[in-house]
Amino acid sequence: MDMAATTLIRQHLIDPEICIRCNTCEATCPVGAITHDSRNYVVDASKCNMCMDCISPCPTGSIDNWRTLQRHAAYSVTEQLAWDTLPAELSAEQLADASAAQIPQPLESDVATAPAGDQSTLKGGSFGATIPPWSAAHAYTNLYGPKAPEHSIIATVVGNVRVTEVGTDYDTHHIVLDFGSMPFPVLEGQSIGIIPPGADAQGRPHHARQYSVASPRNGERPGYNNLSLTIKRVLEDHQGNAVRGVASNYMCDLRIGDKVHVIGPFGASFLMPNHPRSNIVMICTGTGSAPMRAMTEWRRRLRQSGKFDGGKLMLFFGARTKEELPYFGPLQNLPKDFIDINLAFSRTPGQPKRYVQHAMRERGADLAELLADPNTCIYVCGLKAMEEGVMLALQDVVSEAGMAWETLAAALKRQGRLHLETY
Amino acid sequence: MANIDYSEKIPNNVRLNEDRTLQRALEQWQPNYLNWWSDMGPDGSQGFDVYLRTAVSVDPQGWAQFGHVKMPEYRWGIFLNPADPARKIHFGDHMGENVWQDVPGEYRANLRRIIVTQGDTEPASVEQQRHLGLTAPSLYDLRNLFQVNVEEGRHLWAMVYLLHKYFGRDGREEGAALLERRSGQQDNPRILQAFNEETPDWLSFFMFTYFTDRDGKFQLCALAESSFDPLARTTKFMLTEEAHHMFVGESGVSRVIQRTCQIMNELRTDDPAKLRAAGVIDLPTIQRYLNFHFSVTIDLFGADQSSNAATFYSTGLKGRFEEGKRTDDHMLKHDSYKVLQVRGDALVEQEVPMLNALNEVLRDDYIKDSVGGVERWNKVIEKAGIAFRLKVPHKAFHRSIGTLADVKVAPDGRVVSEAEWNAKVNDWLPSPADRVFVASLMGRVVEPGRFANWIAPPVMGINRQPADFEYVRFN
Ligand SMILES: Cc1cc2nc3c(=O)[nH]c(=O)nc-3n(C[C@H](O)[C@H](O)[C@H](O)COP(=O)(O)OP(=O)(O)OC[C@H]3O[C@@H](n4cnc5c(N)ncnc54)[C@H](O)[C@@H]3O)c2cc1C
Ligand code: SF4
Ligand code: SF4
Repeated sequence: MDMAATTLIRQHLIDPEICIRCNTCEATCPVGAITHDSRNYVVDASKCNMCMDCISPCPTGSIDNWRTLQRHAAYSVTEQLAWDTLPAELSAEQLADASAAQIPQPLESDVATAPAGDQSTLKGGSFGATIPPWSAAHAYTNLYGPKAPEHSIIATVVGNVRVTEVGTDYDTHHIVLDFGSMPFPVLEGQSIGIIPPGADAQGRPHHARQYSVASPRNGERPGYNNLSLTIKRVLEDHQGNAVRGVASNYMCDLRIGDKVHVIGPFGASFLMPNHPRSNIVMICTGTGSAPMRAMTEWRRRLRQSGKFDGGKLMLFFGARTKEELPYFGPLQNLPKDFIDINLAFSRTPGQPKRYVQHAMRERGADLAELLADPNTCIYVCGLKAMEEGVMLALQDVVSEAGMAWETLAAALKRQGRLHLETY
Repeated sequence: MANIDYSEKIPNNVRLNEDRTLQRALEQWQPNYLNWWSDMGPDGSQGFDVYLRTAVSVDPQGWAQFGHVKMPEYRWGIFLNPADPARKIHFGDHMGENVWQDVPGEYRANLRRIIVTQGDTEPASVEQQRHLGLTAPSLYDLRNLFQVNVEEGRHLWAMVYLLHKYFGRDGREEGAALLERRSGQQDNPRILQAFNEETPDWLSFFMFTYFTDRDGKFQLCALAESSFDPLARTTKFMLTEEAHHMFVGESGVSRVIQRTCQIMNELRTDDPAKLRAAGVIDLPTIQRYLNFHFSVTIDLFGADQSSNAATFYSTGLKGRFEEGKRTDDHMLKHDSYKVLQVRGDALVEQEVPMLNALNEVLRDDYIKDSVGGVERWNKVIEKAGIAFRLKVPHKAFHRSIGTLADVKVAPDGRVVSEAEWNAKVNDWLPSPADRVFVASLMGRVVEPGRFANWIAPPVMGINRQPADFEYVRFN
């Protein structure tokens, strides 16, 4: 999956015809992504992190709406405030046309294969579960933040290493934060918020940016009160224009001993199963590997101590090149009977482009076997635009194996077995 | 009650397990509550499994847990929003001081009165609605009725918790009295008049949940600003639940309108008689129900000028709606506000000190919010291509509290004579014949996925369940 060329997003929207303007969502949202005027309640796409906290408290269901759009054409807050009705989902042709005009590459080929008018194939957001697998451990959330008694917690940087090779345009850092004697319990799959110092162009303090935890529950260094993050330095925006991302650059440039303001933890559904026979399918691109690393490492530690030899791990991991794939080296060292690794590179010179969904289709038979097992949980993490392709590939793999996608998808959602986290 | 595991049986975030005094008070009260529920809760429903939303904690994952529950086993629970230790009083004479974690002696009586009045409305509406289960237009609606009822029950618990925890023996007595008053009963009625009116049919129920539960929202918002922190935190959490009640009303009326419009288009008529013959509720009748519920509800805000309201505000007991978002001085000592007065046969506006007009301020905020939803109903009519608009009546119409109680005012705001009022009252308010007609439509529909003829199915099921989901299982 290509990072710079992806432009489709799933935008979170509120249906103005059904919403009763009760303010529950605004009161619930941990990052202040929801605002209103006297007419409408709306979600600010630049702030919403898809945590799904607002979904079940909304009494009407109006908040559970998603539209696939070109990122540059995302509906602005002002636009949404003026709506009487929710705009229709763009047709596959409209999206494909727009993509083709903008960027010649990857997603439109997947989108174009979606049967026209069949909108369900595009609703990645609506397939994802909002509840955790039954055997997940209980997660603490929002211990620190604007609505908690302690508005933030200070962590100390105890490690910062580059995990992609020097000399490529992407540098991704593995950063370790220590919380001293302050409680900050996390589980694999949760994320934390970082508040960058300083203020934005309007003079307001920067809003928090979210990062997935990359270490297992007992710490990057077991027994210490620390955790790790995988952060990619943002040097260009999604259209490829040069910009310096505020938080990612701040984080990548930190030195040992620096202090960072943190909020969270966040997330109560993207959590791993803990029963010994559970299988985990992981699909990710780039820094979407952070939660996968956390889960894999936790399983590895358990295996070392003699537990969990039954459950299978299967990983689909995409990057532009081998050099840009975080943790490439360590990944290669994991035993083959422990994890089934499938890599896909989109920019290896002299090779055809390969994205995660290609790898998934190639391994369709094995993947389908795992999907049919009720002990399997599936996790998708990475840039928003990967979601469509991945969901289509899953759907094809399932149908080709002779299973009914609708039935399986509904079960995966209801049982908390399919989780999507894209940004 | 003696061997209860409190955190299991009474989910709470107030450390009930560690508070022996509170446990004892609740132990006395809870059996009486359960008796009240079995006497006055929904008629003939004790054994049903209902698909309910139950709160088990105040975080987003915990307060919206869905599943089939036998109603008497609903986990009522005591929940307060998390405390903010830095919270300061942000209006009135004590502005800038720390919020109170305990009741200041000098405000004890007033605070108790505010809490008792709020608490009294909660069981009252359950009493008003108890027979509606027998005429539900669908399983979906039946489930919504029960959800509203159990949450009213939980809100009663919330207020009783405050009374028990902070008001000693007086509080316990008030808590007991809340279970003794009865809606509409001559010798021991509920405190506020709207809560002694009947809710005879489902159209009334939807109007009630739209208009009267919205009053609840505004009162709770005003209390959520209170300097007495436990009250502010309790009512904040109640607000999240109250939203569902307003949803039931707004979408309920909207579905009635939608069905009527559909038949109007099928039969190509706006003749009420023909529409009634086709088994739907004509729009003018809906307008009359709206007039009734709107006017009865705006009385709940109290007299237009009130020194009590001024005291509650200045002493910091009760703020305004969205106090925190307003940009004035939050003292209001030098501000004024316009209230309506009758002069001869005309209504005129008069400037009065803002502090004395705070009931009116809240009422006007409420009216603005209500009108928004009525406009959304009009969209449904507009979409069906029908030239008819619903309107909220004038603020002075059919009032029985405050200065306006003594005049007869038409829905358009004209002061009218007694004679004109009597001649037209049946055009303005539901007549006995209207009520008889609406009652005649109320039959019980309980097959999954079926809906009574006079109401459209909802756009979406509860918690994304399908419309034919078994929302209630009669065992
Ligand atoms: C749940 C969740 C988990 C996340 N986990 C991780 C993680 O583990 N590692 C990680 O590196 N990031 C992660 N992110 C993304 C991260 O929160 C920030 O969005 C990212 O670091 C950019 O922030 P910034 O302050 O550097 O850029 P900003 O200053 O916010 O943005 C600068 C410009 O870059 C664009 N931009 C933002 N993000 C990207 C991007 N990824 N690629 C290209 N352009 C971009 C913006 O649209 C804007 O135009 C996660 C996001 C979410 C919601
Ligand atoms: S999904 Fe999360 S971040 Fe987005 S609006 Fe809802 S609560 Fe806020
Ligand atoms: S919670 Fe739902 S109904 Fe209430 S304002 Fe938000 S979107 Fe609208």
